[in-house]
Amino acid sequence: MKNALPIFKREFASYFNSPIAYIYLTVYLGLSSWLFLKGFFVIGEASMRSFFDLVPWIFLFFIPAITMRLWAEEKKVGTMELLMTLPITDAEAVIGKFLASFSFLLLSLSLTLVLPIVVASLGDPDAGQIAGGYLGCVLIGAAYLAIGLFISSLTENQIVAFIVSVVGIFGLFILGADFVLFGIPDGLVPVFSFLGLGGHFDSVSRGVVDSRDLVYYFSVIGFFLYLNVKSIEAKR
Amino acid sequence: MALISVRNLTKTFGSTLAVDDITFDVSRGEVLGFLGPNAAGKTTTMRMLTCYLAPDRGSATLAGHDILDDSLEVRRRVGYLPESAPLYLDMDVVSYLAFVAEVRGIPRAETRQRIDRMIETCGLQRVIGRNIGQLSKGYKQRVGLAQTLIHDPDILILDEPTTGLDPSQIIEIRELIKEMGKQRTVILSTHILPEVEATCTRVLIINEGRIVASGTPQELQAIAGGEDTIYVSVNSAGEPVDAKLAAISSVTSVSRITDAAGGYVRYLVKAGDGEDTAEAIFRIAVENTWKINELHRQRLSLEDIFLKLTTRET
Repeated sequence: MKNALPIFKREFASYFNSPIAYIYLTVYLGLSSWLFLKGFFVIGEASMRSFFDLVPWIFLFFIPAITMRLWAEEKKVGTMELLMTLPITDAEAVIGKFLASFSFLLLSLSLTLVLPIVVASLGDPDAGQIAGGYLGCVLIGAAYLAIGLFISSLTENQIVAFIVSVVGIFGLFILGADFVLFGIPDGLVPVFSFLGLGGHFDSVSRGVVDSRDLVYYFSVIGFFLYLNVKSIEAKR
Repeated sequence: MALISVRNLTKTFGSTLAVDDITFDVSRGEVLGFLGPNAAGKTTTMRMLTCYLAPDRGSATLAGHDILDDSLEVRRRVGYLPESAPLYLDMDVVSYLAFVAEVRGIPRAETRQRIDRMIETCGLQRVIGRNIGQLSKGYKQRVGLAQTLIHDPDILILDEPTTGLDPSQIIEIRELIKEMGKQRTVILSTHILPEVEATCTRVLIINEGRIVASGTPQELQAIAGGEDTIYVSVNSAGEPVDAKLAAISSVTSVSRITDAAGGYVRYLVKAGDGEDTAEAIFRIAVENTWKINELHRQRLSLEDIFLKLTTRET
């Protein structure tokens, strides 16, 4: 796993080699703060509940934008051939890229930490709930990243990678939604509600950290990273 | 001992047979040229040797390591310059080389010194701080070459290393390759024939995925064999030249090309063995006191051999 490190460093630095990272961070921060704050003063409650409720939807578009180029660009430019003939295992390359995008996600999330500070200065929010909310964001974000990264490895077109990732993540997200659960046979309800990305987020972001939810997120991440390694191998 | 040994390597893409049962060996100190028309299977063969593609059948070992079972070891020992030198365009030259050095496991303390050496070897002084995306084709090619050499590999695999370079750069790069080939093993592909004559100690001519000829440029001339062509311009003062030339045992045909001015007539003589024929023509001319103002033997060039071998079946 030693060589995941140079890949990680290169990928993380390359976010900042173009203005895209700064534009991204500004838009993300602006949009999520505005959506939160516009309701916050109306409701007049010192809680970040509405912020966390929005996160899965904001991530639905922002995370594929982080992952879309990670493999697609390498294929388009031809650097894939370079990368795959350096002494790096496929798993190292996948982990390196995943960690780079994960760090970028952590950076974007850390910039929103002004919001709990604002909330705490105006009232007395539940610190446990906010911590749980952020943990939920990190987990669901990492799961989205793993999915988006895998999808990026299937195409050399970044736009295709973006759209397919949005659709794919959305599909997995609504699996556990109520209106889907009403429409399927009773026997499948627990399965679907477990597989859906959304239900697990709700419980974690309420501040209830259940090992089942952690296992779920780690499994989703592991599963898609594994698929990613396999899809790289299959190209050889 | 062969540093590279390739056995029955085969690769198909869909229904196209890209590389068909290729077998060869390369030993240390050789510069092997892959010569062939476009889409002959040169790049595919190189991609299999560098572990980018897996062969359908057959095997290859580089420096004693199998490309399938020991792929990482192979990749550590090989420096590979892919066709058209793809690079991370958003990085600057030094950080790109530092990235490759780190992946290649070069100790941190040595990295700076290695990069400096590569900058000097490949003539990159003028573009050190620049983004790779802004560089000209020639400089990109040099950055690619620096990347393949930075870990001082035993084996170099270069896919069309001189494309996109201007003539003086081409000469520089060829000199560099020749120099490196002395202690290492180099495989390079090209469809530029003079390049092979200038740099390679051995040539494999590949066509439609198969090796159609192999040997030193001289050996290939012998393999392609055929006839030599001799041009001779003679002033025989009216004597018949054709019959006397045709009487030489090695000559297969004599044909008159032009009536040149001043009584000189130009003939094209085809013969099996050039060296003796030219001598014999000269002797006959002396015996008959003919005047000669041209006696020129044209050897089969690599171009002719190449065309002959790659178009034989069609």
